[in-house]
Amino acid sequence: MNKNDIIQSDRRIESGEPLLELIDLKTHFKTERGLVRAVDGVTLSLKRGESLGVVGESGSGKTVLSRSIMGLLPSTAVKHGSVKFAGQDIVGFSAKQMRHLWGAEMSMVFQNPLNSLNPLMKIGKQITEPLKLHLGMDKATATATALQLLRDVRIPEPERRLNQLPHELSGGMRQRVMIAIALACGPTLLFADEPTTALDVTVQAQILDLIGEQRRDRNMSVILVTHDLGVVAGHTDQIAVMYGGKLVEHAPTKTLFANMKMPYTKSLMRSIPKLSDPSHTRLATIPGRPPDLVNPPLGCNFAPRCMYALPKCHVEEPPLTPTADPKHVYACWYPVGSPEFEKRDAELQATGYMPEDFSAVS
Amino acid sequence: MAGTGKAHLRDGDKVLSIEDLVVEFKVGRDSTVKAVSGISFDVLRGETLGIVGESGCGKSTTGRAIMQIPPPTSGSIIFEGAELTEMTSSAVREARTRVQMIFQDPVSSLNPRRSVRDSVLEPLEIWKRGTKEERNKLVDEILESVGIDPARAAESKPHQFSGGQCQRISVARALVLDPTLIICDEPVSALDVSVQAQVLNLLEDLKEKFGLTLVFIAHDLAVVKNISDRVAVMYLGKLCEVASSDDLYARPAHPYTNVLLDSIPEPDPEADHSVGKIVGEPPSPISPPSGCRFHPRCAYATDICTRQEPQLRPMGDGHFVACHHPVETPVEIR
Repeated sequence: MNKNDIIQSDRRIESGEPLLELIDLKTHFKTERGLVRAVDGVTLSLKRGESLGVVGESGSGKTVLSRSIMGLLPSTAVKHGSVKFAGQDIVGFSAKQMRHLWGAEMSMVFQNPLNSLNPLMKIGKQITEPLKLHLGMDKATATATALQLLRDVRIPEPERRLNQLPHELSGGMRQRVMIAIALACGPTLLFADEPTTALDVTVQAQILDLIGEQRRDRNMSVILVTHDLGVVAGHTDQIAVMYGGKLVEHAPTKTLFANMKMPYTKSLMRSIPKLSDPSHTRLATIPGRPPDLVNPPLGCNFAPRCMYALPKCHVEEPPLTPTADPKHVYACWYPVGSPEFEKRDAELQATGYMPEDFSAVS
Repeated sequence: MAGTGKAHLRDGDKVLSIEDLVVEFKVGRDSTVKAVSGISFDVLRGETLGIVGESGCGKSTTGRAIMQIPPPTSGSIIFEGAELTEMTSSAVREARTRVQMIFQDPVSSLNPRRSVRDSVLEPLEIWKRGTKEERNKLVDEILESVGIDPARAAESKPHQFSGGQCQRISVARALVLDPTLIICDEPVSALDVSVQAQVLNLLEDLKEKFGLTLVFIAHDLAVVKNISDRVAVMYLGKLCEVASSDDLYARPAHPYTNVLLDSIPEPDPEADHSVGKIVGEPPSPISPPSGCRFHPRCAYATDICTRQEPQLRPMGDGHFVACHHPVETPVEIR
C-alpha cells in the first residue's frame, strides 16, 4: 500500500464524524491455559480534539485496548469487531499497513520513558528520525522542527538537549522528550498509557497540563489510560471505566463524577485517599482480585467482589444500559440509586463498609 | 526551605533520633552529590512519621542511612538509645533485626527462585529464633495476619502473586523478626489505587497489633496524610516543614508544601486544575542553590532567601517551618 492511499484524517474529519470508532472490539489471546479474553466487546467513539480517559485496575484490559487500536499486539492475539479510524476499518491491517499510521496519524506515550527511549541514541536523532522517515524532511528542516518540538514541550535549553543522551535527563524531562517524539509527525490521535505513574506529583501535574495544551493547540484526540480517577478528572471529556475486559461505565467526565452508577466506579473513587479526610481515615477497599479472564465468572464480572451483589448478579450478565442521558451507559443490575443498592448501602454504612463476609476474600 | 535547626526535636520516648544527618556521594573526580545536608528529626514510640518530597529530595537516602546502607557521611542516628553510626558491623546487623525496611517494588524485592514462604522464614533461620516448629508456626501466623494463605505461599514463587500480594509478603518478612521500627520506602506507589488502599489499611492494622513505629516515605501527600501522625517535608536534602499530619494540611506554611498540595490531582472535574502549578524541576544536588535551596523556584523569594539559610522555627502547635516568608493561612480555614 502506498503512503498516499492512506486516508489523511486532517481532510476527512471535519464534519463532526468520529475520528475513532470501536464496534464490539474483542481481543483474545491464545495461551496454554485457554483463551484469555483481555478485551471483550468494547464499543465507543471519539471525535477529533476530544479526550477519553480509560480507567481500570491492572488486568482490566485498558492497556490491551489501546494496543489493539494501535496494532501493537503479539501474534497470539486474535481481534474481532471493528476499529474505524478516520472512517477506515483498520482492524485487519498488517504491521506494514499500520506503519503508515504510526507516528503520522496515531502515536503513543508510554509509562516508563527510560525504557522507551533508545539509551544509545542522542535525543535529537530520536526526534528527527521519524520526521525524515514519515514526512521526508531533510536534515536541516528536521533539526529545526525538533528544536521547535522541544520548545513546545517546554524543555529548557533545547539546543543543548539535542546532543544529550536519555540518561542525562531527569524523569520528567524524558517524558517530555517522549511526548515531543510522539507529537513529531502531527498525529491526530495520541495514546498516553499511564504517562505519569512513574513521575512525581509536581511533574505529573505539569505533564498532564502539557498533554492537554498540545491537544487543544493541535486539535488532536487523546486517549489517557490510567488507574487513577484523579488523573482523568481534570483532563478528559469522557471516561470509560473498564473491568475484566469489558466497558462497565461510560459517560462524559462531569456526568460520571456527578452521578456514578456502577458500584465498581464508586468503589474505585472511594479507595483514593482524600486530602479533605482527617489522617488515619479508614480507606474503602475493593476486596479480592480482578477476574480470571480465561474462566470469567458467570453473570456480572464484578459480582464476586461487589458488596452490593444479589443472586441475579451471579447468574445473568448485565447489559450496558443508558441513563436519562443517553451518553451515560453502565452495566449493572442494581446501580447506585436503585432501591436495592440504597438498602444494602445503609446496611454497609453501619459496618463502616467492612462487611464480615468479605474479610476472607482479600 | 533548605532549612536547618533543631527547634522541632522533642523529649519523650524516642525510638529514633537523628541529628545533623549528612549523606554525600562522590561522583567523578571532584564533584559530590549532596543528597542529605544536615537534617534532624525524631520519631516517638508508636508514631508514624511521614517523609514527603520530590525525587532527589533525599527522602529515600535518609531512610537508607538509618539502615546504614550506606552509613551516612556524618551525623548521629540514635536508635533505642544506641548510636548506630558508631557500632561495629555485627552490632549493626543485629540492630537491623529491630529496624526493618519495605521497598517500592514488591516483586523485585523478593527472591524469584524461592517460595515466598521460604523468603519469610529465612530471617528466623539466620537468627536461629526458636525451634523449627516454633518458626513454622510463627511464619504461618504472620502470613495469615497479612492475608496470605500459608499453604499457597509454601508452593508459590513471587511471580505467581499480584503486586499487592507481593507487598503483603514483603511486609510479612519485615514483621517476622518482631521489629520496633519499619521504614517503608514508597511502599504503595507501584500499586493500583484499590490495592494501595488495602496495603495502607493493613499497615495501620499491623501497627496496632504489633506495636510498631513507622517511618513512611512517599511522594504522594494524600497517601502520607492518611497514614501519618506527623509529616516532614523535604526539598533538595533539607527539611522545609514539620507538623502534625492534620495541621500540615490545614495550614501549610512553607511555599513548597503549598506547591506539593496544589499538584495533587483532585478526583473532581469541577475543581480548578490550573492553580499553583510549579515550574521547572529541582536543581542539581551537586551544586545546590545558596541560601534557601528552594529560592529559585519560589514565588515568594526575596533577596534574603538567596543569601541566608532559614532555620526551622516554631509556628505553634508543634508546627515548624524553615522559611523567611512563611505563608499565613487564616485560622478560619481550619
